[in-house]
Amino acid sequence: MAQDQASAQTKPAIRLEGIEKWFGVTRALQGINLVVWPGDFLVLLGRNGAGKSTLLRVIARLAKPNSGRILVKEIDIGRHTDQVRLQLGFVAHSSYLYSNLTARENLRFFGRMYRMDKLEVRIKEALRWVGLDESADRRVKGFSRGMQQRLSIARATLHGPDILLMDEPYSGLDLEASELLSTWMREFVGRGKTILMATHDLEQGLAFVNRWALLEKGTIAEEYSGDPGRIRERYKQFLRERRGAFS
Amino acid sequence: MHFLNQVGAILWKDILTEFRTKDAIASMLLFGLLVILMFHFAFEPDSLETEKYGPGLLWVTFIFAGMLGMNRTFAGEKENDNLQSLMLAPVNWGAIFTGKMLANLLFMLMAETVILFCFCVFFNVNLGPRLGWVALITFLGTLGFASAGTILAAVSMNTRMSDVMLPILFLPVALPAVLGSVESTAAALTDPPGEALGFWLRFLVVYDIIFITLPLLLFDYVLEE
Repeated sequence: MAQDQASAQTKPAIRLEGIEKWFGVTRALQGINLVVWPGDFLVLLGRNGAGKSTLLRVIARLAKPNSGRILVKEIDIGRHTDQVRLQLGFVAHSSYLYSNLTARENLRFFGRMYRMDKLEVRIKEALRWVGLDESADRRVKGFSRGMQQRLSIARATLHGPDILLMDEPYSGLDLEASELLSTWMREFVGRGKTILMATHDLEQGLAFVNRWALLEKGTIAEEYSGDPGRIRERYKQFLRERRGAFS
Repeated sequence: MHFLNQVGAILWKDILTEFRTKDAIASMLLFGLLVILMFHFAFEPDSLETEKYGPGLLWVTFIFAGMLGMNRTFAGEKENDNLQSLMLAPVNWGAIFTGKMLANLLFMLMAETVILFCFCVFFNVNLGPRLGWVALITFLGTLGFASAGTILAAVSMNTRMSDVMLPILFLPVALPAVLGSVESTAAALTDPPGEALGFWLRFLVVYDIIFITLPLLLFDYVLEE
């Protein structure tokens, strides 16, 4: 879908070439090759310890790969780290928020870190977008988990990144907050932007994605693209086969 | 310019957080005042003893009170994995170090000002015309401590028992600065100021240059896995 349209005319949003990551004697990622196109909503599925979070951390340059190359819009992150970081937003299960600052102060701080112009206007827009404009001057420590996650998304997207990396963003969210999050993600991808999300939750992860990659023991065991219903069926079949192989 | 803007943002954030929580300053002040009080009752010093032991007592109080504050340096960054969000931003990691170091310096100087005042009251010291020298020595000594303490707080942040690890790492590194600070304070408190004052002040300046430059060069390695 997005892949077919994009490949003919645009650069990949992310290209991973032979990514390896070791923690001591443990190989967390084993020669990962992956191309993600603008407009893709790609979900990384896998069990705990499969390497999903490590892969996202490596793409965000929170951890250096031992070998391989990461290109974001064909720019090598190893050589132009700051340039690439302006293109990336990261939402993790930690909120990355300062609990003793207000919502507005948190965004102002991160805006200054990203050297943004018209910061106050963008903060106002971001807070309205996530429905926190009325809580803008309340300290974050009084926020519910759902409000923190909404503010966390505002923080991650304040600088207008084209690529959003999300690590288990649904964890700890109630039903209403989960639905809001899904709506925002759909809007984000609808604007031709890219999401790469790690999850182990089949239902949350596959609601409206167009691609998935299954990670097992640090490698991509299987990749699939298409409509969400088919992806869900294929994933369940994959799990049944795996279970059969172990029984 | 971006570097200074980012340093300013980190400093502003730390000051705002500190003035809301008062974690570092309150613990440094309380500890410092208690130590000064204990030394006062333990020694009941006369003017000769104060001249001899006063600078040492003062700087021991500064150092141990300062370490309580330094232990808090990265506490706020660990709270919600905030340090990772700083690392994700297009920010020179040296700016993170500089902002944190300046915040530590400011909080320590604020606590030290009150501790110094109490020291003068309890030990009957009239700084008078030597106030300028003592202020300069306090600034130079604290700058070195804040700089060395900030990078070592970053090193110890992810270790088990980080509260214990920081003093173990910090005290040997701070030893030359303690020596320089104590000797220069002792020289400044004599009337007229001793000849050694110039030497020990230069010693502190060299220590500060080394311990500001080295952490700036090494901070990336400390933050990286």
